[in-house]
Amino acid sequence: MNHKNALTPWLFIGPAVLLLIAFSLLPILVSLLISFTDMNLIGLRNWDMVSFVGIENFIALFQDPLFRRSIFNTLVYVSIGVPLVIVCSLAVALLLNYMTNKLFTFFRVLFYVPSITNIVAIAVVWGFLYNMDVGLFNYVLNTLGLGSVPWLEHPFIAKISLIILAVWKGIGINMLIYLAALQSIPKSFYEAADMDGANKFQKLRYITIPSLSYATFFVTVTTLIGWLQFFEEPFVMTGGGPLDGTMSMALFIYESGFQYNDFGYAAAGSLVLFIFIIVATLVQFTFNKSKEN
Amino acid sequence: MKTRLEKLFVTIVLMVGGFLVSIPFIWMILSSFKSEREARTMPPTLWPQEFTFEHYINLFQNLNFGTYFTNTLIIVIFAMLGLLFNTMAGYGFAKFKFKGKEVVFLGVLATMMIPAQVSMIPVYLLLNQMGLTNTMAGIILPGLIAAFNIFLIRQFMTTIPNDLIESARIDGAKEFRIFFQIILPLSKPILAVQAILTFVGAWNSFLWPLIVANDQALYTLSVGLALLQGQHSSSFALQMAGATVMVIPVLFLFLFVQRYIVEGFNTTGIK
Repeated sequence: MNHKNALTPWLFIGPAVLLLIAFSLLPILVSLLISFTDMNLIGLRNWDMVSFVGIENFIALFQDPLFRRSIFNTLVYVSIGVPLVIVCSLAVALLLNYMTNKLFTFFRVLFYVPSITNIVAIAVVWGFLYNMDVGLFNYVLNTLGLGSVPWLEHPFIAKISLIILAVWKGIGINMLIYLAALQSIPKSFYEAADMDGANKFQKLRYITIPSLSYATFFVTVTTLIGWLQFFEEPFVMTGGGPLDGTMSMALFIYESGFQYNDFGYAAAGSLVLFIFIIVATLVQFTFNKSKEN
Repeated sequence: MKTRLEKLFVTIVLMVGGFLVSIPFIWMILSSFKSEREARTMPPTLWPQEFTFEHYINLFQNLNFGTYFTNTLIIVIFAMLGLLFNTMAGYGFAKFKFKGKEVVFLGVLATMMIPAQVSMIPVYLLLNQMGLTNTMAGIILPGLIAAFNIFLIRQFMTTIPNDLIESARIDGAKEFRIFFQIILPLSKPILAVQAILTFVGAWNSFLWPLIVANDQALYTLSVGLALLQGQHSSSFALQMAGATVMVIPVLFLFLFVQRYIVEGFNTTGIK
């Protein structure tokens, strides 16, 4: 392209690039640096008080029972939540793809809406629904003759409760991705299968699911990354409790940084989380590659 | 072959699923009009017995929701400026050749990998060094640019024919005039989607306002709502009213524009 001035492209990309450098790239370097220091509130006011402590933060992290607990909880969130989101959003997409009419468009909107709804509002509403004494869920269970469930009062059940809420919120966007993928499968595939006398299940198993492999890969990677950063749900609904049963790695980092002002320690924790995310992504990519070969 | 029975079955499954999915919204809106006492009665009432607006009035008169609302709107407006920067960058990467372009673009894409939780500590420290903690600028700046959006816009803009831009240049149009008068109108489909998603993202933003704002005068609706939930933990009807204030504007916007979003997903090429 013949633009006369060599500066012109930089005028267009400049503002975005500068802001990204300042608030994305530079922070990673700062994070690496301070994770090896004892940076805290005093250090923030007077940089002379900050000293290098080597890998002490990382050693302390892995000796910290709360951090280990948060890793365990995050792995529980990921290993239950991610498959659930994928299965549910695929199921909803398959159903929605069945017909095209006004009613189905309405359903599509309905399933999508939770994913654009503010997470704090969602957490507040679900907190009410989950309430042990005056919540709707326990009322329904009681009417059905079942006992009350301590939705947010039991360390393990609370984890499940947060997962249910996050799955509810996570379906919408992934369902849209699946729908777009479903609509791009050539009709001729199914016509050929019909001629060969394939039944519905065979068509799903041998045409639909394989054709969705790229969408599934994309959904898996983004959902996995998202769930490793599980934060707002426990922050608003449980504050990490009961008995640290819902404490996630992201919440641990937030609390170390902004409640205890232990910035060095929190930065070290965030780097551990970052490594988790990178490893999980790489595993997905290699898995996907080996499947293609 | 789609039999009638199957169609009926699929419709019923979706109806039940759709009802279950919308329960939280129905419950939120209905409860927000109940009195505090009624919201806590067992068995619960479905329809409010005494329809009351007291919680909404309370939120805006006594609980600063007016300020939170204004702050949230300010963030939304600046997010649109961010969208302009994203669009400019997308155009720059799509339609210009310059030294170092590939490296810079790769760097932009690499920032997508960095999760907010990793950058929140260092960004806070940097903002603190710049004296921007507890300021509106500090809340707005970190979230202004999104690499993924630059990427999507760039993908769209590469499909715009070069001849159009060339002939405008030959006619003597300035670069920014070309951008505003030719490129932007042609990019309407992607920009519509981006504008909606940017609005929703800014409206819902929580982490940066939570970290950067110490002063209640700078709180956004989401941070204010989290505070409300902490301070009035047993006033459920009030909490539901607060949540409704947050949710309804986005819901309405979305009902009007949902068609573009779905189409947008088909044009952005995530398949």
